[in-house]
Amino acid sequence: MADGVKPRVKVPKTAAAGEAITIKTLISHKMESGQRKDGDGNTIPRSIINRFVVDFNGENVIDVTLEPAISTNPYFEFEATVPESGEFTFKWFDDDGSVYEETKAVEVG
Amino acid sequence: MTLTRRHTLLAGMAAATAALLPLRAVASVDEAIAEFTGGADLGSEGITLTAPEIAENGNTVPIEVAAPGATAIMLLAAGNPNPDVGTFNFGPLAASQRASTRIRLAGTQDVIAIAKMADGSFARASQEVKVTIGGCGG
Repeated sequence: MADGVKPRVKVPKTAAAGEAITIKTLISHKMESGQRKDGDGNTIPRSIINRFVVDFNGENVIDVTLEPAISTNPYFEFEATVPESGEFTFKWFDDDGSVYEETKAVEVG
Repeated sequence: MTLTRRHTLLAGMAAATAALLPLRAVASVDEAIAEFTGGADLGSEGITLTAPEIAENGNTVPIEVAAPGATAIMLLAAGNPNPDVGTFNFGPLAASQRASTRIRLAGTQDVIAIAKMADGSFARASQEVKVTIGGCGG
């Protein structure tokens, strides 16, 4: 697992049924592109998050494929429909095999 | 200066290299598009790409794409060493086919977005972004 990876997710706590809510996510990750060279001229190997998936109660919201051209600390903003109360799961897949997970509950009132 | 055989050869080689370099980059963009669309025709309606006209820092350029009715949107940066940027696949619970993120640009170039619509058609939008400081750490 890469060092200091910390996911941050912003989701409203409550919503109306069927409402479109805006979700913002950020994960601290250096997203080493594989293009940079260190002081001795050696290429620094690629190490990025290559996939980001958001589900709500097991149904897919968005599935993003990331390439090295995504900036350090990948940020995403998108909209999701909330049909009932439940839980969002956010998963980031690292090149090294680790998976970073975060969950957020939303109450429909 | 007399034009010797060696000079002519060198000049020819330099010209050939200069002509080849940009061609190769363009070819890989076309390849990436062809892989995504399967060679289908590209429309220009129904997709919006929002990018800054001038980006001071190529390391983090805010980009937003929206294509109502799309199932997937692919982003490409034509002038990057690797033109692929990422692909958004929208699931059944996506409230809108819109997403924003931040990308790296190596220099001034066109950013291209291709949307795959639910009916199987494709749409393309592109915008030039002027980059003051490139984002490839070179």
